[in-house]
Amino acid sequence: MKRRIKLNNGIINADADPIRRLIDVLRYDLQVTGTKDGCGEGACGACSIILNGECVNSCIILFGQIEDGDEILTVEGLLKDGKLSRLQESFVKNGAVHCGACIPGMLLSATALLNKNLKPTDEEIKDSISGNLCRCTGYGKIIKAIRECI
Amino acid sequence: MKSVGKNIPRLDGYDKVTGKVKYVDDIDIPDCWRGEVVRSDIPYGRIKKINFDKAFDWDKVMTCTYKDIPGKNATIFLSDDQPILAENLVKHVGEAIVLIAAPSASKALEAKKHITIEYDTLDSVLSIEDSRKRKNVIFGKDNIQAKYKIEKGDVKKGFAEADFIVEGEYRTGFHEHAYIETQGMAAIPRPDGGLTVTGSLQCPYYVLKTLKSALLLDETKINVVQAPMGGAFGGKEDYPSLLGMYVALLSIKSGKPVKIIYSRDEDIVVTTKRHPSIVTHKTGVKKDGTITAMEIDVAFEGGAYSTLSPVVLSRGVIHSAGAYKCENTFCTANCYATNNVPTGAFRGFGAPQVFYALEMHIDKVAERIGMSPHEFRLKNCVEVGDRLSTTQLLKESVGAKECLEKVLSAADFGKKWRNNLDTCAFKHLRTKKGIGLSLYMHGGAFTGSGEGMKSEAGLRLNKDGTISVLTGCTDMGQGSHTVLPQIAAESLGVPAALVNTAVPDTAVVPDSGPTVASRTTMIIGSILVRCAEKMKKKLPDLKKRDVKELLKTYYSEHGELKIIERYILPPEIKWDQEKHCGDAYPVYSWAADVAEVSVDAETFEVSVDKLTVAVDVGRAVNPVLVEGQMEGGTLQALGWALMEDCIYKNGKPVNNRFQTYIIPTAKDAPEWKTIIVEKPFSYGPFGAKGIGELPLDGGAPAIANAIYNATGLRITSLPITPEKLYSLYEEKNKIK
Amino acid sequence: MEFLSPKNLNEALKFKSEHPDFTVLAGGTDACTLINSGILKSKGLINIYGIKEIAEIKENGDFLEIGALATLTQIIENRLVSKFLPVLAMACKTIGARQIQNRGTIGGNVMNASPAGDALPVFLAYETKMELLSAKGSRLVLFEKFYAGYRKTAAEADELAAKFIIKKCDDKERFAFMKVGTRRAQSISKVCACFRQSSSYKIAYGSVAPTPIRCYVTEKFLNGCKTDAFAADEAVRLVRQEVSPMDDIRSTANYRRHVAGVLLKRFLESV
Repeated sequence: MKRRIKLNNGIINADADPIRRLIDVLRYDLQVTGTKDGCGEGACGACSIILNGECVNSCIILFGQIEDGDEILTVEGLLKDGKLSRLQESFVKNGAVHCGACIPGMLLSATALLNKNLKPTDEEIKDSISGNLCRCTGYGKIIKAIRECI
Repeated sequence: MKSVGKNIPRLDGYDKVTGKVKYVDDIDIPDCWRGEVVRSDIPYGRIKKINFDKAFDWDKVMTCTYKDIPGKNATIFLSDDQPILAENLVKHVGEAIVLIAAPSASKALEAKKHITIEYDTLDSVLSIEDSRKRKNVIFGKDNIQAKYKIEKGDVKKGFAEADFIVEGEYRTGFHEHAYIETQGMAAIPRPDGGLTVTGSLQCPYYVLKTLKSALLLDETKINVVQAPMGGAFGGKEDYPSLLGMYVALLSIKSGKPVKIIYSRDEDIVVTTKRHPSIVTHKTGVKKDGTITAMEIDVAFEGGAYSTLSPVVLSRGVIHSAGAYKCENTFCTANCYATNNVPTGAFRGFGAPQVFYALEMHIDKVAERIGMSPHEFRLKNCVEVGDRLSTTQLLKESVGAKECLEKVLSAADFGKKWRNNLDTCAFKHLRTKKGIGLSLYMHGGAFTGSGEGMKSEAGLRLNKDGTISVLTGCTDMGQGSHTVLPQIAAESLGVPAALVNTAVPDTAVVPDSGPTVASRTTMIIGSILVRCAEKMKKKLPDLKKRDVKELLKTYYSEHGELKIIERYILPPEIKWDQEKHCGDAYPVYSWAADVAEVSVDAETFEVSVDKLTVAVDVGRAVNPVLVEGQMEGGTLQALGWALMEDCIYKNGKPVNNRFQTYIIPTAKDAPEWKTIIVEKPFSYGPFGAKGIGELPLDGGAPAIANAIYNATGLRITSLPITPEKLYSLYEEKNKIK
Repeated sequence: MEFLSPKNLNEALKFKSEHPDFTVLAGGTDACTLINSGILKSKGLINIYGIKEIAEIKENGDFLEIGALATLTQIIENRLVSKFLPVLAMACKTIGARQIQNRGTIGGNVMNASPAGDALPVFLAYETKMELLSAKGSRLVLFEKFYAGYRKTAAEADELAAKFIIKKCDDKERFAFMKVGTRRAQSISKVCACFRQSSSYKIAYGSVAPTPIRCYVTEKFLNGCKTDAFAADEAVRLVRQEVSPMDDIRSTANYRRHVAGVLLKRFLESV
């Protein structure tokens, strides 16, 4: 199955079996490996991407469910003209990054939150990242990093 | 100081927030085959027959059994009882029997379906109790993988002097590391005919050791490279030696690069866990709060093979009497074999189990004599000049009391504890508040004279004027590869920006010992200080303004400059391994936690509202990273305390997914208050001690004690679920 | 595995009648999990995600109509739902986390037929009618008749869930959705419940029986007496008899029975 989609800052053609997981198309077929596979069942959020403006788990979406013209944002797309986004910078500065495996998903959840809600409360921040498991931090530094970008 | 004590952002931070960092599954290896493993699905039995389906097309599929191992079929740790591939006996569910590689993951998976194993089932042993009473002997003569005894003073005399004797039994279950990146390794043939093994691993030289012994190759033919790691927590200490062998065998036989990446389900079933435990305490205490005797028995479940269990048990029993003054202690410990998955290293390494037991028990002892938990601890907390249960004299760097005092005052413990106690019995309150305390420590680096093994590390001046730290220790997320350059930069007197860490590749870096035991900052850091002193003597005066240019010039004139040094154990350390007596660790890091909880009085749901954690780390080289360790380790303790448990049925975990093995989310995390205490250690780099494991040791009992303060219910087995609280509540109210 | 992507509702119904044994894929938050782990072995998939005809939320006189393909986020953020059926949004907020809510659909939650489905007690308590469509036509099923047993539904193999028709709640009505789960976010229910009090009491639970259940005995008792503290205690006792929970990896029968009573007590105290 062929699809023409917007991936980060470019238009690409992807061709894969419709029952292939979207994450595998991204990681293995398109070599966009920033998106991580943590559990394969939508329980850890490491594979989070932003699909048409909404944060979703790419491990439980099949390539066949992607339409021509769909827009996908992965962690690679957060860098603009070689510059880190405010969230990326804040994550590094605040010690929110440890092993890094949850970070791409975490950043996309936070990006989706701030796109919709300019002034989230701490409770809303926690809600927005509660689908992203982190095993290294106590989440406190991640929440602080997001809060500083409001 | 310009580097040490500064919050320098992680050196790998940029790559991690941009997705540029390549974990092993992200590395694109041309023409790479994918591997799969056929495993035992029974806990104990003899292999009768391996059937390869004749109808299946085995062309372009490579398989390996133990017969393909040219050398020793064993992982090389303390004892060599664990085979790489089962020969005729399987001793746990998930034990590897046949390896498969194929050009694609789907083909390998397909082939796996066409291999079946026939067994003669044997009578398995699946719990500490069954192993202890020798339901069947599955290991050695008596199922015991390791045993120790530690004696100090005379407990009989101590109990005779006591006004009260308080006993208790405490249990903990399997605990899964749940690193977000599952285990994965790749083997890649080198152009020179050798083999590179790379992947998510804590200890490159451990993997190398097993590879050399099993493949009969020397280090000129094989090198191990650590790929960036998505979390480990001890889970990637011993297991990668097995996985590394799987990919190496398949690669050598097929001539192709081979990668194996575990799915979450497979990872939870087959990799090591924290040892389940049963710890019993008998404590003699005087009315005035003096502890006269402590008798402790520690039982751990080691699973099917001994792996690292003897040292886990050793650390457990050494920490079991904790940070208290007591003249008479008697501690015994046994590690029992079962037909469950081998248990292994997990952050804390035996200490979290014994501190859960001890710190709950201490509250019970204090209650018995009518003292508050904090007054009792303040009275008995060790200080400089005291001796621990191994008779180790504490000469310096003992921040236990300061940590205790700081958390007590920061959390306003005394007042809250008393107030909660007064309101605990009020029937009309829907939410009960509780506050709980724990005091604990963690020995830095290897036990006893373990650090006498002369680990090596070095510094190398590079052509571009930068300096690289050379170490076989790895960064698994804890930040060592930011902290070590900070130490080197400070010692050299150069800007931190000029120092980095070379990729841990056994062909390039020396053997620094494994990345375990909270030893990296303290041990490798102190070697680097010595390397820097030597290097400084060779280099021109580095106080000049453009250091980088200066170093570049030096390189162009003199060529590469590399200094490698060995660790020297402080000379006064004396340890008797046989008696487990003497200086168990070069130094201890100390800590205290206060947990504040809300418990729903009817549904018994617990939420941890706030955790106040104070640690004495000697010197915080990078305070933000230290806080990160404190919060992260304590959150793992919270998960273990309240929700995490691998439930085994007939040797197989039934909750081997992230939907069923649940760990804390952002909404389960408390508000954090972290306090860093610095009591420098004279042999540590700039006074630094270990921090990695410490924070996992004290969270669970602090939470358990807080729940008791809120409800009057003391749950003596982890996890403390609402179901257990409700059952105990029901039981107590029936008796009344 | 064959993969069919119908362009519209009619085509979807046609595919489903031609391939009644194919699995229907909506948001995929449950189905893909089963496909990935190899548990679901279907000959083919019919991807209905994004079919607009059955994804709308609208008013129809005294009723609210919620399309089966409305996502949980759509329901949580919908103005009509927050005005006329806020309790449904409360339930949807507790299903998974953001990523699941953005993709998972209300119809999927119903058709997946898990006894722990959090939205299901709400539909039961609100005496929902469900429209099922096939190439042959449409039929309305009472939601309480929809579950025939553990993970069994009354839907025929060629039918798709189209919409849920629910009477708007009135101004004076009291209602609550309550859930006790395994952790504070992204949790699967140990017990969930939807309670209503308008002209009469309606009590529905999830996770305490092989299917979501209404507790008619307890309702009848409450409807026949003046609710005071004594009546509340008796209702709690009755409801604990009426549920039939079991032990599983998430909880115990004993605890679930206890909590079922606690939740009802809390609701009765609040009205």
